[in-house]
Amino acid sequence: MAKTLISTHTADGSSTSIDITSGIDDTYSVYEFHYVNMHLQSDGERLQFQFNADGGSGFNENMTTIAFLASHGEDDSGGSLAYQGDFSMDQAGTDARDQPLGVGIGADADQSISGVLTLYDPSSTTYVKHFMARSVHPQNGDEARDHYVAGFINTTSAIDEISFRTNTGNIDAGTIKMFGVS
Amino acid sequence: MGLTFIKSLEASGSASLEFVDGTSDVVLDNTYNEYQFYFVNMHPATSNVYFAFQVNADGQSGFNETITSTAFRAYVREDGLGSALGYDTGNDQAEGTAYQQILSTGTGIENDESVSGVLTLYDPSSTTYVKHFVADGNGYDHGDYTVTSHNAGYINTTSAIDEISFKFSSGNIDEGAIYMYGVS
Repeated sequence: MAKTLISTHTADGSSTSIDITSGIDDTYSVYEFHYVNMHLQSDGERLQFQFNADGGSGFNENMTTIAFLASHGEDDSGGSLAYQGDFSMDQAGTDARDQPLGVGIGADADQSISGVLTLYDPSSTTYVKHFMARSVHPQNGDEARDHYVAGFINTTSAIDEISFRTNTGNIDAGTIKMFGVS
Repeated sequence: MGLTFIKSLEASGSASLEFVDGTSDVVLDNTYNEYQFYFVNMHPATSNVYFAFQVNADGQSGFNETITSTAFRAYVREDGLGSALGYDTGNDQAEGTAYQQILSTGTGIENDESVSGVLTLYDPSSTTYVKHFVADGNGYDHGDYTVTSHNAGYINTTSAIDEISFKFSSGNIDEGAIYMYGVS
């Protein structure tokens, strides 16, 4: 298995989103998005993602998703593993919301979120599109959070665009690298 | 690019395996903003011990940086008796400076028992952010369980990290190899 770097996208604090609108096609059957030290301008908020089908717009595809979270405080509080149905972390039916990668992300100067989102066979016109993501970050209340998200985009149209964006406030800094896996 | 192989270390009755930037062809600096360490068939010399890692910040020693982390695992016994999925309070840290256990299993010492997995370390050279890490692995527990472990957290320093050490909680690493990659 090899990973080929397709594109690199860097946040500069001027926008709420990083939209990747080229390079997602049938060249690879698996794509990975590595987001490193994404720092949000607003404290305690979310980094999220959504998709566009080929020819679509608005980043509002229907998704059905699951989410679970391990967390543990710097003060030794918590220490738990639980399904995460709140904060719009999971979706069902015709939900076409932005899918959070993490919630309650700290915005202190040394806080950010990193992780990997894997998207399977986005160019298929037969199957729904599976994805999985794992993210790690300090929560704004100073706890370590290990977020897992998985599900499918409920369309048989090809997916060719993805947006990473916040629920509020700009993305102050951070890098997203898109790889093709072959 | 993608995954770039940097260095492999093989254990042979070793107390620890250490990757130090600038030593023996190891690169652990701002060349990459993501590093992966694949550990394969780490076999301990002592039974019921835990595989773990720690790091040194630039200019520091002792492998004792401050870590806050999470841990959960699933396991099942070979005879089918006993299985669970849950948080593992014994393998997390709250601003601790101990070696971070990355496999929540007391690895067995029998000839066919070992642990394997991968640790990802994000942007270790940053002098702005704490350093995120995630680890996934599977081990053969001394009580004849298969245990899959999932750890994550952050090294709570804004100093650059340039050294990493792997070892078991007690005794030597009898055998096993760790492969270090940069992601770009």
